[in-house]
Amino acid sequence: MIAHFVSQFPILVVVVPLLTMPLVVLAHRAFAAWALYLACTWAVFAMACALFARVATHGPIDYAVGGWAPPFGIELVIDSFNAVVLLLVAGMAAINSIYARASLAREIEPERLYLVYALMLACLAGLIGITVTGDAFNLFVFLEISSLSSYALIAMGPKRRALLSSFQYLIMGTVGGTFLLIGVGLAYMMTGTLNMADLATRLPAVFDTRTCQAALAFIVVGLSLKAALFPAHIWLPNAYTYAPSSVTAFIAATSTKVAVYALIRFVFTVFGASYAFEQLPLNQVLLGLSAIAMIAASLAAIFQTDVKRLLAWSSVAQMGYIVTGFALASTAGLSASLVHIVNHGLIKGALFMAVGAMAWRTRTTSINDLAGLGRTMPFTSAAFVVGGLSLIGVPATAGFISKWALLSAILAAGHYLIAALVLIASLLAVIYVGKVVEALYFRPRDAEASNHDAGEAPLAMQIATWALIALNVAIGLHASPELTATGRAAHALIGGGA
Amino acid sequence: MSGAWLIALVAWPGVMSLAIGAAGRWPNLREAVSVITGLVLLAGAILLIGPIAAGERPSVTLFSILPGLDFTFTLEPLGLVFALVAATLWPLTTFYAAGYMRGNREGHQTRFFICFALAISAAIGIALAGNLLTLFLFYEMMTLVTYPLVTHHGDAESRVSGRIYLGVLLTTSIGLFLPAIVITWMLAGTLTFTHGGILANTGLGPKGAMALYALFVFGIGKAAVMPMHRWLPSAMVAPTPVSALLHAVAVVKAGVFSVLKITVYIFGLDYAFKTGASEPFLWLASITIILASVIAIYCDNLKKRLAYSTIGQLSYIVLGSALATKLGAVSGSLHIVTHAFGKITLFFCAGAIYTATHRKYVSQLNGMGRAMPLTFAAFTIAALSLIGLPPMGGAWSKWYLMSGSAGVEEYALLGVLALSSLLNIVYLLDIPARAFFLRGDNNVPTAIREAPAACVVPLCLTAAGCIALFFAAHPIIDFVSSALGEGA
Amino acid sequence: MTAFFTETVPGLFNYWVVIALMMIGFYTVIAHDNLVKKLIGLNVFQTSVFILYISMGTIRGATAPILMDGPAGDHAVYAHPLPQVLILTAIVVGVSTTALGLALIVRIHEAYGSIEEDDVLAADFATQDAEQAEEDERSRAAKAAEPHAPSGGDDGAEHEDDPRR
Repeated sequence: MIAHFVSQFPILVVVVPLLTMPLVVLAHRAFAAWALYLACTWAVFAMACALFARVATHGPIDYAVGGWAPPFGIELVIDSFNAVVLLLVAGMAAINSIYARASLAREIEPERLYLVYALMLACLAGLIGITVTGDAFNLFVFLEISSLSSYALIAMGPKRRALLSSFQYLIMGTVGGTFLLIGVGLAYMMTGTLNMADLATRLPAVFDTRTCQAALAFIVVGLSLKAALFPAHIWLPNAYTYAPSSVTAFIAATSTKVAVYALIRFVFTVFGASYAFEQLPLNQVLLGLSAIAMIAASLAAIFQTDVKRLLAWSSVAQMGYIVTGFALASTAGLSASLVHIVNHGLIKGALFMAVGAMAWRTRTTSINDLAGLGRTMPFTSAAFVVGGLSLIGVPATAGFISKWALLSAILAAGHYLIAALVLIASLLAVIYVGKVVEALYFRPRDAEASNHDAGEAPLAMQIATWALIALNVAIGLHASPELTATGRAAHALIGGGA
Repeated sequence: MSGAWLIALVAWPGVMSLAIGAAGRWPNLREAVSVITGLVLLAGAILLIGPIAAGERPSVTLFSILPGLDFTFTLEPLGLVFALVAATLWPLTTFYAAGYMRGNREGHQTRFFICFALAISAAIGIALAGNLLTLFLFYEMMTLVTYPLVTHHGDAESRVSGRIYLGVLLTTSIGLFLPAIVITWMLAGTLTFTHGGILANTGLGPKGAMALYALFVFGIGKAAVMPMHRWLPSAMVAPTPVSALLHAVAVVKAGVFSVLKITVYIFGLDYAFKTGASEPFLWLASITIILASVIAIYCDNLKKRLAYSTIGQLSYIVLGSALATKLGAVSGSLHIVTHAFGKITLFFCAGAIYTATHRKYVSQLNGMGRAMPLTFAAFTIAALSLIGLPPMGGAWSKWYLMSGSAGVEEYALLGVLALSSLLNIVYLLDIPARAFFLRGDNNVPTAIREAPAACVVPLCLTAAGCIALFFAAHPIIDFVSSALGEGA
Repeated sequence: MTAFFTETVPGLFNYWVVIALMMIGFYTVIAHDNLVKKLIGLNVFQTSVFILYISMGTIRGATAPILMDGPAGDHAVYAHPLPQVLILTAIVVGVSTTALGLALIVRIHEAYGSIEEDDVLAADFATQDAEQAEEDERSRAAKAAEPHAPSGGDDGAEHEDDPRR
């Protein structure tokens, strides 16, 4: 009985949040909605842990939805690669659920709170669906579920500018989604299948056709839009800036990461690295774009006056690191990509949470309003400092591990210029993190701002923030398990895709 | 001697920083805790001398940071020498700092002492690091925990200086040091400090080795080889005890110690010598020595003059390493010790002068020798030690450095060293000469007297140390030589 | 050349329509200022993709994929049902997107009093510029108000006033 229950986990991680969503709407009261949200995310997290452990010991899990055998039915596949992403998404949702209550209560009117929780669950279900599915069309559907809910979530932001940000994101996101749909359709046209594994076996026969090339192009462009890969990033800074803090923390840590995961999945598993990178010059394109992203977005981050926007630009730059990794098309590079997907999720999650905690006090996120908080909010400020160090890539933090993995992969591939750019980008990170830290610690509190009640953020918010910070440091000191997992995943993906 | 002892040594100041923080409300207790922590640390380090001299190399691995790369402490003679220097001077400085900080009514004293303890923890971590990654970790930790000390005053000037400090040190370490480590890792497949080096059998040619060595030495900005030296004068905005212990001893010595350690245990003296990897740094270090000394002559600000003097003196040690001979390495490590005692004395004197008179310019010191005889006597002794005159400890390190240079037949270096000694005389002896022999300007209040005892006693002790080192140098040399074994 | 006009064009007629609609829709999304028109463009764009899917499933002369009784059912040639099913899902997605987009436009209209993107952006930029100016002003003020070291400070700071000068 229990074994049977456990074997249903791959579908349950998607279905549980989907089914909890209407319950949350029915619950209606803010506290009840939050309690359901909390229970649901932690249940999903527990199942994700179980799945991760099972994949690590027993190898990939295939799950035929509804008992319809693939390639006709929809298949869910959890292998060593997406198990890591699944764990990240579920874990971020779980930690965010602790954080969200106090944070959202400040930013959203109480009678609409239950809607936010419902939408967060929809978003979670969509993201997890993208992660676990082994079906190309199914991936599109889950992508739209997560996107639609994030448009709505961003529009709930307290400022009116959130509305246009959300609308712009909607337009770009839908265009991206539709591109993906076209690409999947073209691939289906040539092969008659939508199952990813099946596609992978049938596509090589039609590699020479223009339809197949167009399919890859559409899919890559579509997912790049979702992943905010430069130059398709323009929706991101506004969306992250104006969304409610807790939403930003969740989306920044997961949404773009999952889109990159989908991109990696299509390129490496479905089309195969040799097709995308050897027959087509996708790697040069991606390396070039990500190099520009790293430098240009870091420079843009330096000039921001709003901390959330600053971090959003930094996210665009960090996506450059991730894309650089897998564009190297080597096991080491792919592994570095995956490491940074996880680590950057942890870093940005922690930083946005810290900023959200500050905003809880000050109600704004402009750097000037955060001046002097080092004294009144010592714990949150310290969390920001440690998170910032991790973003820079100082040893003993997760960011250092990413940088180490990425640098060694890049140097092994002989791209010295890219290696230099990665280092320059991390030095630019010193500047923009330093800018915020100086304001926190060296500038006195504004006279009018200090009229607000001074003090720390609620305990729950601090616990969630520090949990992520602790993870950052733990990974920084003892990254062997993480690197073993990602190394195995990269190996499986390159081996399987070739 | 078990490995746990090493963990205890590194963790002890860090853990005690919590106690210092907890005792923050009672300044006397806080400083007492600080001093006792330092003395215990010193005792712990001294206990290790016997086993290490007997040839033991205790090692402990805590966990693996990356697959194949462990968080490891290993103790060997070079590291122990550095750890002993830091552990000896820390309690003295704490004692001094207590007098100084109160004498000048500095704020945030608890934060100050906490960061101090953490910085020492980092220094011990660097000394005991068993591989390059562990060393790098503590190296960066040291940069970060000393930042609040540099920006202690929290005003615009210290913030600007803090930016330069962090900017230079982080840029060099992330931009150059880290890639150098990654490259070494990829070449050698290990980063463990190994007797004889790890690069010898990797097929890295002379040019590659030279480039890698340059990445390392420039990447270790704390060694302050020009043009990576700008942070050191900037760091002088910190209160004097910080300049004394950190920017004359712990931080900068961590830099040159890392250079020395990389030369000896990563490159290996034989390999470095054979490929000539370090040869450019003979000349870069020489240039730094001369230029820094010349700049020092023109600095009127006393602490700044001492900072440039430090830059020059650090390059002696880099020069010793770059000789890539046993004699060079020995002279370098000896100079770590002698310069530490000399320079900390000079900074203590500068701080004592400031505490007593609130003067910080050399040109204001005329005729003050009579009012502050102990301070200026100590200053003279330390200055003579740095210049390299017997019977001060500095004589030996300069002696060995010269014979090392002669040993590899680089006679031009002898000229550089001789010239720099002359320059040292100009900018260092200038100060006691003014104090003792020139008449003071008329507007000097006559009531000048020595700084509080808490300031004066430590500087007398360190000055005595300078003399003692002249007689104690040979045990140190034997001790270090045992680490390098037979060889060039 | 004749083959192109007699076979390719009519034979691929659906696909030409798809491309035409796609371009029209995409152009509308990019070029139009009015948010509602943008959304309609998006709809046209999506619809073209629906037609693409439906087209690839059709067989000339085939019936709808519905089960029929008798011998006709056994030998019936019918269009591929899967693309049609897929596109039903995609239509649902499209409708939801349109609904959400329209809801956003309503709220934008409430907040800004306009649904022209230029107006809304202008309003946003105005606020943003004002805020930016304010922030810059505050940064400057904060910088000016920053404490400086007392001139006798025990430091080596660059600003030193040399007593000999």
